[in-house]
Amino acid sequence: MGQTITEKILAKHAGKKSVKPGELVNASVDLIMCHDVTTTPAIDMMKEHGIKKVFDPEKVVIMPDHFVPNKDIKSAEMVRKIRIWADEMGINKFYDLGNHGVCHALLPEQGHVKPGMTIVGADSHTCTHGALGAFSTGIGSTDLAAALISGELWFKVPPTILFNISGTLAEGVYAKDIILEIIRRIGVDGARYKAMEFRGPVIDDLSIEARMTITNMAIEAGGKSGIVAPDEKTIAYLKEHGAEEEYDLMKSDEDAVYEQVIEIDVSDLQPMIAFPHLPDNGKAVTEIKEKIKIDQAYIGSCTNGRIEDLRIAAKILEGKKVPKGTRCIVIPATTEIWKQANKEGLLDIFMEAGATVSAPTCGACLGGHMGIIAADEKCISTTNRNFVGRMGSPKAEVYLASPASVAAAAVSGYICDHRKLGEK
Amino acid sequence: MKAHVYKRDHINTDEIIPARYLNMDQEADLAKYAMEDIDTEFVKKVEKGDVIIAGENFGCGSSREHAVWALRGAGVKAVIADSFARIFYRNSINNGFLAIECKGISQSVPHGASLDIDLKEGKIQDLDSGKIYTFSPLPDFALQMLECGGLLNLITKS
Ligand code: SF4
Repeated sequence: MGQTITEKILAKHAGKKSVKPGELVNASVDLIMCHDVTTTPAIDMMKEHGIKKVFDPEKVVIMPDHFVPNKDIKSAEMVRKIRIWADEMGINKFYDLGNHGVCHALLPEQGHVKPGMTIVGADSHTCTHGALGAFSTGIGSTDLAAALISGELWFKVPPTILFNISGTLAEGVYAKDIILEIIRRIGVDGARYKAMEFRGPVIDDLSIEARMTITNMAIEAGGKSGIVAPDEKTIAYLKEHGAEEEYDLMKSDEDAVYEQVIEIDVSDLQPMIAFPHLPDNGKAVTEIKEKIKIDQAYIGSCTNGRIEDLRIAAKILEGKKVPKGTRCIVIPATTEIWKQANKEGLLDIFMEAGATVSAPTCGACLGGHMGIIAADEKCISTTNRNFVGRMGSPKAEVYLASPASVAAAAVSGYICDHRKLGEK
Repeated sequence: MKAHVYKRDHINTDEIIPARYLNMDQEADLAKYAMEDIDTEFVKKVEKGDVIIAGENFGCGSSREHAVWALRGAGVKAVIADSFARIFYRNSINNGFLAIECKGISQSVPHGASLDIDLKEGKIQDLDSGKIYTFSPLPDFALQMLECGGLLNLITKS
């Protein structure tokens, strides 16, 4: 019987020929990602249990990102503790301020992610890295400590839902709109415990960065992981980002068994806006009747803070002004992206338009800092969650959308169809 | 153990422990803010050994184990929900914290009911009404972790 790519990766790492959904396996992990919020508890747990080393320092990557540059004394102390610990453990892949970035943008950019890997990260959006054909999933701090100690973890093999994306994407409709539509259809728990595999001609045509936007939000449908089988674009991306050449190019067998196959033709898809307070609350922008005035437009995060996203936003903001009463914040997701955006003149475009640009950080995506919103304020954001209180006050509202839609709202002060900006 | 019933689905980790408190990682500190964005009165009402009853997909959102610690620190003995989000469930098991999936429970147990849980039999009894709810008993490895006090105790022992 055929297997899905996810089953193949897990089987290989569990030392088995094949695995079945529902089976519990102990699988070795190839890469462990740690950030500032979830790592300190794992350090304490290891200390409490008298563990003095990690199983393989070369397989651990650390990047403080959520509250950096440190937003207060407590977060400064957390990062300091991690820095000292990393030194003791001999972990060299530490991306400190100046080389830093939002974890899920940084990890593939720096060539750490490769097809066929098992990757765990103490962050729910670790599912992002499936865009390069890896099994990658989010874990908590206890799992993180266990993986750091032993190099393996228990997994229940997930059943896979296959999303076959066909049709032709209209001009101005992006990967973010596709994933918001998928989540709208299946709901925030539509893929709970499951692997989401994305394929089809539309996925083939997407850049690797755009694929990351899709796999990034698998967790917003409850998914354990999101994955796209590697292709030539993947290999080109790996080369460009200096990933070592050894990797395992797997794909699902023709006769792989899927729990469900969902066919989606995106030819009629419109820009999507997810209304408060759940990511599955998406509406086509063309169907929004009310005028929604926004206080803040936020462009950044592991979902849409990469260079392609910034280019799209800059195209819309170029030569325009953010009106009085509206704020626009742009946060390039990593140092490299920041530098590239600077080189291309994008940062000037943003600043000229009256937006502000910050250093890379998760910032207000999770209501940390750099753009927290007040009660009764509305923020349109390129991030991935619009839960109550996510970006600040529990009485504020967050709308999720693509960089183009967010930039257009920044310019007009209202949620609008970015394709019609300037039309009266 | 008294039941605190939240009939809603998709109660997420941002509501259970908002990110503004994630610059702390000690259970006693986090406990003060448990459930703050869904019910500001929760920490005043909860007593040691109480349980939370909730709808579908409890604990969705971030991977922050702080959600489990905040609840446990506040005295919560168990969360019984129609269903759980994956990472919250996994974090609970790894911590030896009780997360019990019991379909339909959120709509039937009245707020404030006194409950008794029998883990081996997979039964929850409402001691006020006598009503019994059944759930599939926890898998063996989860019970083993509960007995050991969590995943780390288990792996460092073996
Ligand atoms: S950018 Fe937002 S979603 Fe992504 S890792 Fe940071 S806080 Fe999480």
